[in-house]
Amino acid sequence: MSRPPPDVEEEQLELEEEEAVSGTGEGDEIMEEAEEGYTSSTPTSTLTWISWFCSLPGHEYFCEVAEDFIEDDFNLTGLNSMVPFWKEAMEMVLDVEPDEDSSKIPDVSIVEASAELLYGLVHQRFILTRAGLQAMVDKYENGIFGTCPRVYCEGCCVVPCGRSDLPGLETVKLFCPNCNDIYTPPSSRFQGVDGAFFGTTFPHLFFQSYRELAPAPFKRSGVSPGSSLSPGRSPQSGSSSSRQSPFVNPNPHGGQKQPASQVYVPRIYGFKVNERSKNGPRMQWLRMRPDGPVELDMVDWRGRWLDDEEYEEEEVEEEEDDRPMEDFDPVVDDEEEEEEEGEEEDGMESRQPSRAPIYPDDALRGKVKAVRQLV
Amino acid sequence: MLRGVDDVSTGSDSDYSNSWISWFLSSKGNEYFCEVEEDYILDRFNLTGLNTEVSNYSQALDLITDNLDDEIQDELRGTLDVQARLLYGLIHARWIVTARGLSKMIEKYKRVDFGRCPRVLCQSQPLLPVGLSDVPYEKSVKLYCGRCEDVYSPKSSRHGSIDGAYFGTSFPHLLFLVYPNLIPPKVGPVDAAAALRNGGVVAGAGAEAEGARRTRRVREDSEVEGSGSGVGEASTASVALKAERYRPRIYGFQLHETAKLQRWQEATRDRQVARLEAIEDLN
Ligand SMILES: [Zn+2]
Ligand SMILES: [Zn+2]
Repeated sequence: MSRPPPDVEEEQLELEEEEAVSGTGEGDEIMEEAEEGYTSSTPTSTLTWISWFCSLPGHEYFCEVAEDFIEDDFNLTGLNSMVPFWKEAMEMVLDVEPDEDSSKIPDVSIVEASAELLYGLVHQRFILTRAGLQAMVDKYENGIFGTCPRVYCEGCCVVPCGRSDLPGLETVKLFCPNCNDIYTPPSSRFQGVDGAFFGTTFPHLFFQSYRELAPAPFKRSGVSPGSSLSPGRSPQSGSSSSRQSPFVNPNPHGGQKQPASQVYVPRIYGFKVNERSKNGPRMQWLRMRPDGPVELDMVDWRGRWLDDEEYEEEEVEEEEDDRPMEDFDPVVDDEEEEEEEGEEEDGMESRQPSRAPIYPDDALRGKVKAVRQLV
Repeated sequence: MLRGVDDVSTGSDSDYSNSWISWFLSSKGNEYFCEVEEDYILDRFNLTGLNTEVSNYSQALDLITDNLDDEIQDELRGTLDVQARLLYGLIHARWIVTARGLSKMIEKYKRVDFGRCPRVLCQSQPLLPVGLSDVPYEKSVKLYCGRCEDVYSPKSSRHGSIDGAYFGTSFPHLLFLVYPNLIPPKVGPVDAAAALRNGGVVAGAGAEAEGARRTRRVREDSEVEGSGSGVGEASTASVALKAERYRPRIYGFQLHETAKLQRWQEATRDRQVARLEAIEDLN
C-alpha cells in the first residue's frame, strides 16, 4: 500500500483515497459472486468460516471480507511474516480442505488463533477498499457500531477503530465523528477484539468517503449572516434562520452534516461555575466549534489568532459579563433556554439561575457564600 | 418491586434491614442512590415545598419512613409506591448537596459505583451522577467526568431510565468546589492518583460493618475534610495544557479539516489559559 508523501493536505489525500478505492476493482459484485461459488469444507454446515467468524459474539463490528480479496496475494503483502502457520490459516479462512502433509500440526486451536489473526489483518486492509467501505457503511447505517456515549453528540453513530495498526497492543475502540474522540465499547464482549483488525486509518477514510455522514467543523452554514464577525456572540436570530436553510460546508472536501454542537456547562444552583474558581471549566475547548467557516479561519496554521484586536475587544465584553450573580433576576427554566445555551460559543458568561436556590443544610451555607463570591 | 405487606408494617428503627429505604436502595437499577439519613427526612424544614410536587405527599412520606398505616396500604399500594420513589428522589437531590450527603456520595465515588468514563484518554476516570434538569420527569440521569468535564449517558438501560432530577444539576460541581483536592488530574493513570488519596476512605469502608453509625459519620467527615486541605491549593489555571486528545490520521497524516478545527480549539484553550494566568498574576 502506497502512502502519501509528507505535508499532504486535501488534494493528496484525495488521490490516496482514489488509489485505495480502486484496489479491488469491481467492488460489491465480487462479494456476491464469491458467496455463490463457495462450497463448505465442513460437511455439517453450509456456513463459511468467514460468516461463522463474523457471527460470533463480540465480532459484530467485523464485515465479511470478500474471498477474492484474500486470494489476491498483492493484498496480503507483508502479512505472512506476522502470522504463524500461514498456509494452514489461509486454508481455514478460505474453507479449503487441508493437504495431507499439513496434518502434523499438533493442535487445531493454534491454527484457529492464526486464522483469526490472518483474518483480522486482512480485514484491516479490506475495509480501506471501496468494497470494504461499502460493507462498513451498510453496518454503520444499521447502527451496528452503536452511538457516541457523550450526551451532547446526540446519538451520533460511531465506527470501530484501533489505536495501533500492529496487533496485540490494544483492543478495539469507537470513533465519534462529531466530537472527534475515541471511546471504549460499552460491552465487555468487545474486550477480546484487537483494535489493529480495524486500524488507525479506517474511521477517517470512511468519513472522507462518506462526507454526508461527517459533521462539519463549525456550527452553522457559511452562508448564514452574522456568523463571522462576532465570535462568541451568536445572535439569537442566527440560530433560527440557519435551521430553515440547508446546511452547507463551503469546503467540498469537508464534513457536510450539521454537527451537534452543544457543550456542557457546569452549574451550581443554576449559576454557571465561573472559570476563575478552582473547579471552573477547563475543558470546554475540547468540544467547542466555531460559529462558521470564517471564524474557523481566524486561527492560522501555527495555531495563532489572526486578529488579536478583536480578542482584546471580546475580553473586555467578557469582563462586563462577569458580574456577581446577585445582579441577576431569577428567570424561569424552560426547555428552549436550555437549547439556546448550547448555541453560545463562549460558555463563560454568567447566567441567570434556572431555579430559586435551595440549600437547606446549614453546614453548607458558608460554602454557598463562597460560591457566590467565586461565581 | 413488590414488597410483602408484612415488611412495611414491621418496619421500624430497630428493624433497619426491612425499611423501605433499604429495600429501595437494594433494588436493581437504584445503585446510584445513597442512603438519606432518617434525621434529615424527619426534619420537615428540609422537605419545604415538596408537598406540592408529590401527590399523596403525607402517605408517601409515611411509606418512606415506614410509618404507613396498614389499612390505607392495600388501596393505595400501587400509586403510593410511585409517589414514594418520586419523593425519595427529590429528597435525595437535596440531601446529596449537604455536607453529610456529599461525604456519603464520595464513598460511592471512591468505590466507583457510578462507573468509569468511556473516553479512552480519560483512562477509566470514575464518574459522578448529574442531572441536566432539576425538574422531575424531564431528563434521565447522566454521568459527569471530572477529567474531561463532559457528560455521558449510562451504559445500562436500567440506569438510563432514572430521573436526573433525583441527583440534580449542581451535585458534582458542588462536590469539587467543596473538595478541590478531589478534582482529578488531567493526565496520568487514575489508580495511582486515587491511591494517594484513598487512605481515609478505606478506613471508612472498614467501619461499615460495625454499628454506631453516628460516630462513624462524624469521623468520616473529618477525614475527608482533612484530606481536602492538601493538594487542593495548587492552581488549575493551566491544567488544560496537559490534557491529552485524540488526533485523527489517515496513513499517519492528519486530516486537513479536522486538524484545522483542533487548532482552533487549542487556540481557544490557550486564550483561556492566558486569561486565567493574567487574573492569577493580579491576585
Ligand atoms: Zn461524540
Ligand atoms: Zn472523561
